[in-house]
Order: sequence, then C-alpha cells, then structure tokens
Amino acid sequence: MSRFLWPLVAVVALLVFLVMGLRHGDPRALPSPFIGKPAPQFELPTLKNPEVTIGSKNLEGKYSLVNVWATWCVMCRAEHGFLLDLAASGTIPIYGINWRDQRPAAIRWLQELGDPYLASAYDEDGRVGIDWGVYGAPESFLVDPDGTVIYKHLGPLDPQIWEREFVARMTQEGDSQ
Amino acid sequence: MKRILVTLCATLLITPALAIDQEQRFEDPEMQARYEQLISEVRCLQCQNQSIKDSNVSLAADLRREIARMIDEGQTDEEIAEFLVTRYGEFALYRPRATGKTLVLWLAPFLLLLVGGFGLARVVRHRMSLPIDDDKQDEGAPQ
Repeated sequence: MSRFLWPLVAVVALLVFLVMGLRHGDPRALPSPFIGKPAPQFELPTLKNPEVTIGSKNLEGKYSLVNVWATWCVMCRAEHGFLLDLAASGTIPIYGINWRDQRPAAIRWLQELGDPYLASAYDEDGRVGIDWGVYGAPESFLVDPDGTVIYKHLGPLDPQIWEREFVARMTQEGDSQ
Repeated sequence: MKRILVTLCATLLITPALAIDQEQRFEDPEMQARYEQLISEVRCLQCQNQSIKDSNVSLAADLRREIARMIDEGQTDEEIAEFLVTRYGEFALYRPRATGKTLVLWLAPFLLLLVGGFGLARVVRHRMSLPIDDDKQDEGAPQ
C-alpha cells in the first residue's frame, strides 16, 4: 500500500497545481505592484490641447478611472462603447492616457467614436506608461480619493467586470471609512 | 511518416531570431556589455517568454531606451532592477532577486533534490536488503 501512497500523493499535488494554474485566468494578467500604493506621479500635455497639462493633481479628492488607450489597440475599440455609457452615467470621472500614439489619429478616433474622457494625457514616448507599469492596452486603474490605486484591470472593460471588480471595491472601501 | 519526420527535423533546425537590438548604444565597451547583460535579463511583459533584448515590440524598445538612459545617468544595476520591479513586479526579472517573496523559487530546486535523494536512498536500501537470487518474489518481474 505505502508503495503506491507517496507517488499518488505527488501526482495529486501536481494535479492541484495544474488546476490552480489553469483557473488562474488570463496568463498575461500580472498582479500589479501598484495596488494599495499611491498612483505614480505624472504630468503630461492633454491630447486635444498641448498647452494644457493634466496629471496627478486632477485625480485628487474623488474616485477616478484612469484608462490607458491607443488607436492601434484593437481591444480599446471593443471597450469604447462601455466607456461612453459609463461616462454618460456620471458614476465616475474617466481620464485617458493615450499611450504611444499619434496625436491626429487619436483626436480623429475620439471625434468618430465619441469621447468618454474628461481629458486624455498624451504619452507619446511611453514614459508615463512605464511609470504606471503599463504593458498592454487597454488597462484601467481605479484610483481612490487619497490617490491610491485600488484596482487594475488588464483588457477591455464591460458592465460585468465593472460591477464585480470596480463598483464592489468602491462601495467596500466607502463602507470601511 | 517520412513527411512527419522531415517536418520534425525542419522544426528542430529553426533558430530563433535573436538580438533584435543590434545597435551600439554606448561607446564604452564596458557600458555596452553591462547594457546588453541587463536587457537580456528583463522579461518583455507583452511577449512573456522573450527578453526585451530579443523582442521588437514597442514596450521592449521603450524599456531598452529607459535602461540605456539610466546607465548613462550612472545608476547601478540594483537601482535599475528596483525601477523595473516597482513598476512591473518581480516577474519582470528573469533572475528574480532572493527576497522573501521569491525565496521559495530559489529554495525549491534544492528541496526537491533533497526529497528525491531521500526517496532514492530508501528504495536502494530496500532493494539491497532483498535476497539476490529470489527475483520471483519481486512483483512485476517477468517470469
């Protein structure tokens, strides 16, 4: 009996790891090191007007959604409709970081598809993207009134993800304060 | 069958296109060597099984540029590693640093070796205690 016991235990242990690995979901989604930490400081010209800057100061004192997008990003188009709905609902201010993009193309995109953003920062060379640990657009950061990142989502947003991951965290944090 | 074999051999002969970044960034060969060493040890987060040295996606190019800038500014390798880890987590480094979180990664191979060694020793000792000529009692042995 004990002859088979240990190999069996080993195989079961391996299977448990396998199942855990498979259930992990999107293998590209990494835990963001920013969760629970202050949002990275930044200041960039806005997309529509290079003379005006937008940055950390705009995120103070309220929950805000920081959405990293680009015109070359296919999944950004997929979530755009949801972002427009969210902006129209007035739940939360949405700020964009237009990441490694071309200004005219990005402005045209917003004209054609609609603009859900209060403002978009224009991160031409990806410098601020690196500071935010961005590695694949679209990425969405939920920043609380203290300027702390409380959640990050990789990939397109939709109503289910919004309710489950974002709204839940905002109400939870609101309750505990 | 023959076709399968040929395909298999051809697949084995494929060499990955390495070192996208051939550009000489530094005049000082020592700094260039450091730069190449560093970028070969940073994972490209967009294409997770490549280093940023081997990848030509935009983020890898951005990170190479940042690393070159930091070397220029005289930052140490530890400072550059810290820069990457605070932004992307330990996963960004191909050689994770031995800290609390990654300790299990570093210790696991030795632990497994130890466990395997004990198992082997037990089996061998057990087999050695068996009578040599009586292999019929050893279940599983062919008659």
